[in-house]
Amino acid sequence: MNAIAPVGVNAATFLDRGDVTGNAQRQKAADFLRHVGLPRTGVEAWKYTSLRALADVPFTAAPQVVDDRAVDTLLAEVETISGLGAGASRVVFVNGSFDAGRSRLPKGVRISTLAAGMLPDDGIDPAGDVTTALNTVLARDGLDLVVPAGVDGGCLLLVSIGQTGEAEPVSFHPRHRIVVEKGGRLALLDASVGRGQYLHNPLYDITVADEGYLSHARIQAEGRQAVHLAVSHARVAAAGVYDSFTLTLGASLSRHEVHAGLTQPGASVHVNGAQLLSGHQHGDLTSVITHAAPDCVSRQTIKNVLSDQARGVFQGKILVERIAQKTDGYQMNQALLLSDGAEIDAKPELEIYADDVKCSHGATVGALDDDQLFYLRSRGIPNAAARSILIRAFLHDVVDQIDDQRLKDSLNLAVEAWWTREVA
Amino acid sequence: MPAVAETRKTVETLGQNTYKWGFETDIEMDIAPKGLNEDTIRLISSRKKEPEWLLEWRLKAYRSWLEMREPTWAKVNHPPIDYQDVHYYAAPRRKPGPKSLDEVDPELLRTYEKLGIPLHEQAMLAGVEVPEGQEARAPIAVDAVFDSVSVATTFRKTLQEAGVIFCPISEAVQEHPELVRRYLGSVVPVTDNFYAALNAAVFTDGSFVFVPKGVRCPMELSTYFRINARNTGQFERTLIVVEDGASVSYLEGCTAPMRDENQLHAAVVELVAMEDASIKYSTVQNWYPGDENGKGGIYNFVTKRGACRGARSKISWTQVETGSAITWKYPSCILQGEGSVGEFYSVAVTNNHQQADTGTKMIHIGRNTRSTIIAKTISAGQSDSTYRGLVRMMPKASGSRNFTQCDSLLIGDRCGAHTVPYIESRNMSARVEHEATTSKISEDQLFYCRQRGLSEEDAVGLIVNGFCKDVLKELPMEFAVEAQKLLQISLEGSVG
Repeated sequence: MNAIAPVGVNAATFLDRGDVTGNAQRQKAADFLRHVGLPRTGVEAWKYTSLRALADVPFTAAPQVVDDRAVDTLLAEVETISGLGAGASRVVFVNGSFDAGRSRLPKGVRISTLAAGMLPDDGIDPAGDVTTALNTVLARDGLDLVVPAGVDGGCLLLVSIGQTGEAEPVSFHPRHRIVVEKGGRLALLDASVGRGQYLHNPLYDITVADEGYLSHARIQAEGRQAVHLAVSHARVAAAGVYDSFTLTLGASLSRHEVHAGLTQPGASVHVNGAQLLSGHQHGDLTSVITHAAPDCVSRQTIKNVLSDQARGVFQGKILVERIAQKTDGYQMNQALLLSDGAEIDAKPELEIYADDVKCSHGATVGALDDDQLFYLRSRGIPNAAARSILIRAFLHDVVDQIDDQRLKDSLNLAVEAWWTREVA
Repeated sequence: MPAVAETRKTVETLGQNTYKWGFETDIEMDIAPKGLNEDTIRLISSRKKEPEWLLEWRLKAYRSWLEMREPTWAKVNHPPIDYQDVHYYAAPRRKPGPKSLDEVDPELLRTYEKLGIPLHEQAMLAGVEVPEGQEARAPIAVDAVFDSVSVATTFRKTLQEAGVIFCPISEAVQEHPELVRRYLGSVVPVTDNFYAALNAAVFTDGSFVFVPKGVRCPMELSTYFRINARNTGQFERTLIVVEDGASVSYLEGCTAPMRDENQLHAAVVELVAMEDASIKYSTVQNWYPGDENGKGGIYNFVTKRGACRGARSKISWTQVETGSAITWKYPSCILQGEGSVGEFYSVAVTNNHQQADTGTKMIHIGRNTRSTIIAKTISAGQSDSTYRGLVRMMPKASGSRNFTQCDSLLIGDRCGAHTVPYIESRNMSARVEHEATTSKISEDQLFYCRQRGLSEEDAVGLIVNGFCKDVLKELPMEFAVEAQKLLQISLEGSVG
């Protein structure tokens, strides 16, 4: 995903806003962004998704002053789709800034926020990819969470609310750091919602230490005018587990890029996801799973359900380095096209340099199976209900992959809510 | 090379760990000066006595080539190529119509001998007059491309009787200009890609096949290429047109002399299948891969594409790629006709420092089109092998199907095997299925074979041949025999 040739669109709207003086990381990111620009299709890493349209939107820094009632409405929406209502610990960010009043901090874990203007020295290459660079130039706030060794941090809700009202388009670039120390556990549900025209560009810096366990489910339910560009950098140490899931429901244009590194023997990552898109939505899930140590396991199942003129993109690479013998890698990518205008573009990729490995991937694309529909219809189930059963069964298969029951319940609720809305 | 199979010695000749076809024939050549410019192109065109339109076509290609850049997306590395340091034209001198083999250049005969070509075929290849009747016996027609000019075409008469045209493309330009003009560049346009544009500008020869309506070509057609003069790029151009209801099976096999300097090869193959037509195109590619240290070897940058223009037409590509230092090759099918079928069966073996980036593109345009892709990749030594393929379902490709299976086998821990499929669907009722696996040779299978007394190399050969079975069975019989042995030779020295 590196070595992008300078063929993108001028990123001046963003670069002009970032004050990068005196910070080497930000400087490097800005130089990179200035050099490559906002990618358009044709750059291999952005073959199917173009950010060209962003260059023409005069995004400004997100204001602190917001419409309180609108924010509360959106927060209630999160409670509904996640099922995590009153009593659940939560950290709330509004337009990328920490909102202490609406947050209910959990006990047992250490929580702070990124001090304005300060970037942690997190070892993430600021010039590795465009999404990371954009965040690095403009990040001002973010969650900094540490689950101490041996502690079960329970279930935490991380909410992002984007809210512009009638105002001009804004962008916010939170940088979240989540560390699970040795033997610690955490279930993190991360939901993004909003109204109006905004760009949400979060970066997740995730470290799971030895025997740590992090379940991370993302529900991306941004407003339909929003643009969502997320990037996760996850490092998993010996016998650690990073179990992640991305559910893409909202935004007009979205991309979640996951870079997961298995750095010590016995580590395992799951990079699962589903994109449920309609209208003219464009959703992109891109991942690079790097096996950099022997005896690691990676699992990936991605499902797309696309209707109207929606376009789903999946680019998934499993890279097995020479040292990573006994790797067990599996990747499955399936798409259901529900209308003739919908489009899926998939590029599942294996790059393997070790010989004693077991790696496979599969992909299927198609409409609902006529035989299955007929089977249900012949048993007296009406067409709409039969379709509903099949589509939800298709999705159930992937939502079921996440281990944590609480997160599984939340995802199922979100899928149900999406389906109810879709049918209506 | 199917002719080779007839006189092939048994497996012990395969024992040597060196490049078997590594020899060079010393024949006087007529060579153009190094370098590429409009004058070179005019020289080639005038030597070939080409009509004006073809020269213009070449110049157009050359001008667009100047604007193009070498593609960099493939997973291959090589030092920059100096396109001005290549001879773009080389023709062996030939005495017209030798009366017997005694009059044929002995060097040429020795080349044939080393290739194992039977005597009567040697005579035909060398253009010796042969009494009628003998021709019809042999089952395969051979159009040998000795460097850039086809030295001879055999079995022409039998084919002529059936109405099949099979000749060097330079000859077709003279004798069937209307056919060549109509189809040349219609599948691979001159501006298609860097190497195709280069080929269009400077191609010297190749094969032309035309099978008229309703004709089943009476024999398998075969061409084999030899790259023979030092520093001569080979720019072959093959055009196969099969009319309604007709069919043809075409074999292409390659050997090349051993040498130190890298050689550039940028061929273009165009296939056109009309209604109910079928084309089977088989390749065994065994060019010099370079030595154990990665020195030398052929750069094989080929554009192969077939257009299924008519309803229910079928194009099937089968390839066994064991040679070349670098392979950059994506035989593709454009499935335009309703119900047309595309197939791609491939075995790619890399050893030592070879690099292969190969695969296919299946572009489904018409309704109810079907495609099958079976690709087997074997990497050994310090080589890198990539399967790169595209399956695209266009909005009108209702009811279309694709099935893809890519399997990679790694031998040793210093090689790489990569799979990069692109799947694009814009039609709801089209179905695409893709499967890929990567693994190493199973210890159990090896143990089983070793325990029964097979040497490790033989065991690996056996297992690899089993791994490739699905592809090898698609090859015509003579080729299948050849291919199995080639696989074994290619993997020598990779175990133990």
